[in-house]
Amino acid sequence: MKLVKGLLILLVASLFFYCGPSGGGTVEVLHWWTSGGEAKAVGVLKDMLEKEGYHWKDFAVAGGGGDNAMTVLKSRVVAGNPPAAAQVKGPQIQQWGDEGVLTNLDDVAKAEKWDELIPKVVADIMKYKGHWVAVPVNVHRINWMWCNPEVFKKSGAEIPKTWEEFEAACKKIKAAGFIPVAWGGQPWQEATVFETIVAGVGGTDFYKKALVEADPAAINSPTMVKVLQTLKMIKQYTDPGAPGRDWNLATAMVIKGEAAMQFMGDWAKGEFTAAGKKPGVDYIATTAPLTAKQFIFNIDSFIMFKVKKENEAAQKAMARLILQPKFQEVFNVAKGSIPVRMGMPKAPFDSVAQKSMDDFAAASKSGDLIPSMAHEMAVMPAIRGAFLDSVTNFYNSDMTAEEGAKQMADAVAAAK
Amino acid sequence: MNNKNNNGGLGGLLHRLENILPKIVLLPTFALAAIFIYGFIGWTTFISFTDSKLLPNYKLVGVHQYTTLFENFNLITHTSRWSVAVSNLIIYSVLFIGICIIIGLALAIFLDQRIRGEGLFRTVYLYPMALSFIVTGAAWRWILNPDLGLERLIRQLGFSHFTFRWLVQSDLAIYTIVIAAVWQSSGFVMALFLSGLRGIDDSIIKAAQVDGAGLPRIYRKIIIPSLRPVFLSAVIILMHLSIKSFDLIMALTQGGPGYATDMPATFMYTFSFNRNRLAYGAASAVIMFLAVMAIIIPYLYSELRGTRNER
Repeated sequence: MKLVKGLLILLVASLFFYCGPSGGGTVEVLHWWTSGGEAKAVGVLKDMLEKEGYHWKDFAVAGGGGDNAMTVLKSRVVAGNPPAAAQVKGPQIQQWGDEGVLTNLDDVAKAEKWDELIPKVVADIMKYKGHWVAVPVNVHRINWMWCNPEVFKKSGAEIPKTWEEFEAACKKIKAAGFIPVAWGGQPWQEATVFETIVAGVGGTDFYKKALVEADPAAINSPTMVKVLQTLKMIKQYTDPGAPGRDWNLATAMVIKGEAAMQFMGDWAKGEFTAAGKKPGVDYIATTAPLTAKQFIFNIDSFIMFKVKKENEAAQKAMARLILQPKFQEVFNVAKGSIPVRMGMPKAPFDSVAQKSMDDFAAASKSGDLIPSMAHEMAVMPAIRGAFLDSVTNFYNSDMTAEEGAKQMADAVAAAK
Repeated sequence: MNNKNNNGGLGGLLHRLENILPKIVLLPTFALAAIFIYGFIGWTTFISFTDSKLLPNYKLVGVHQYTTLFENFNLITHTSRWSVAVSNLIIYSVLFIGICIIIGLALAIFLDQRIRGEGLFRTVYLYPMALSFIVTGAAWRWILNPDLGLERLIRQLGFSHFTFRWLVQSDLAIYTIVIAAVWQSSGFVMALFLSGLRGIDDSIIKAAQVDGAGLPRIYRKIIIPSLRPVFLSAVIILMHLSIKSFDLIMALTQGGPGYATDMPATFMYTFSFNRNRLAYGAASAVIMFLAVMAIIIPYLYSELRGTRNER
């Protein structure tokens, strides 16, 4: 049935676009950008493709986060009928590469000079054995701290730059009757704060050793003990309703002035914007303590599968268009992220994104551009799972930081 | 006439059809069950002996997944996530089945006293059964949330030091799942017992009363022992509900705080589908399957032997 349907669509598409400049072809795209602004932004890519005479076929699977979509994708690939492109990120690209189902985009990359436009750290994630197999779309920064200046003022506290200042500020805020930290007690959120502390307290090199290479010696170390102590310190400045709380509800606490700050990636900006708040006035977005230079990134990307000959041109066109300035601008303004293509004009973006763009460029020069562990950019899902388990296990129990570091090293070693 | 001639042939055909019709009707369901239940049980078992990660592959690695699964297995100190899941299942099953049966039996005995408005009470207690576990889970998540639910309500009533936050405490969260599940299922157990009670012959009770036995004694010595088959079916039904439980946990705690309320079913799902460790998840599924078998086979055995004896 699928085959018949596919052929029919091809037939119709080729009839429609017979006179098109490139001869037509279809790209079927699996993605879960189905909500408001994101869906509109994807629509732009669709229009650009159709203007060039190709046909776009949406393969959107509902259910955010993509768990459902991944299950559908796996069964399609096993059945030998993969879509042209699918939203897959981080080291999972390598896993798909191992399955031998990905196509080679080197010719597009060469023609479009991707290697010059995209930082090497990012490019390496998109390559399998040195060949481009995936296209990055956007960049989110993880190590942000979102503050409500009103609460800080009322409590007589300063926005902290180090973890000592942070603790001092928290004491004042708590004494003034506010919740110092809006905390979402879900494993991925706890891991998000954890990796931010690792980057700050441990520094870039330690981060890479511990969370990217997942070296047990680095994980079971005095530095990690210090990181875990810091994580546990934050806990006393959260409220009892935190476990299980969604991130956007935690953001709402900062917006409403119930809480002073939240650690979250730059998608939190969308909540502030939707509430009509202005950056720098109603809220302050700053880097988390000690991570001013570092840029922990989370990058969405499309992997491209081997497809039938007649659709190859359409697939390559899609790969090319994703990194064109026009799409990069429209999409990232709508999504609240920043372009992965360097050297884009900053004017269309808001001040938070502009700072993010500057820091992205600076960090890629200084080597402080680091992949997020919590957001599946740094390690394989099995190892990420082990990190998440042990972070949340440590955070939610009474074990000491030393025990926490040891069980983390054990869990990670077992998952390798 | 023609009819008469055909009758013999038609009758024979009908007769033959009558013989094979049940088989024809059953064949598709049999084939579906063979492939989609037993076939996939076999396939999952096979996958659990491979090193499948993202996609299934057929490279055999022996019992490696099982040894990893039971590495650091300790039901007391919870050194691995699998042991947390298994010990949660044990705590949950024992409490869930035990409390459901106690509450269900008590309710049934009270309702059996021919009270007024029995129909209303019966409906009230049975109604939670009409909800799905997802709804139950979501409702109890709000009731038990310290910021929204019970704790806040009682504090607002003036008891400012009242604390009830099991939902957010790792060591107690599993009991909130017991509470929600008992709330949902005890009405059903009540209905089972009630029909059992109604099936008991009044004349036995009357005879006991004539002999001078008090009501508690009649219940203890006559009625409850004669409900033995009801106990058995209640335990079997509740047992498989508890081993399969997945939706309630997803809605109530999502396995949290951390993974403190993980159960084998949620464990299997997480590892197979979120963490790309298909073979590892399959191994845990096989262990769950064996656990169910360990319960079902003695049950089937006793049931089948029972019917044979009656004949």
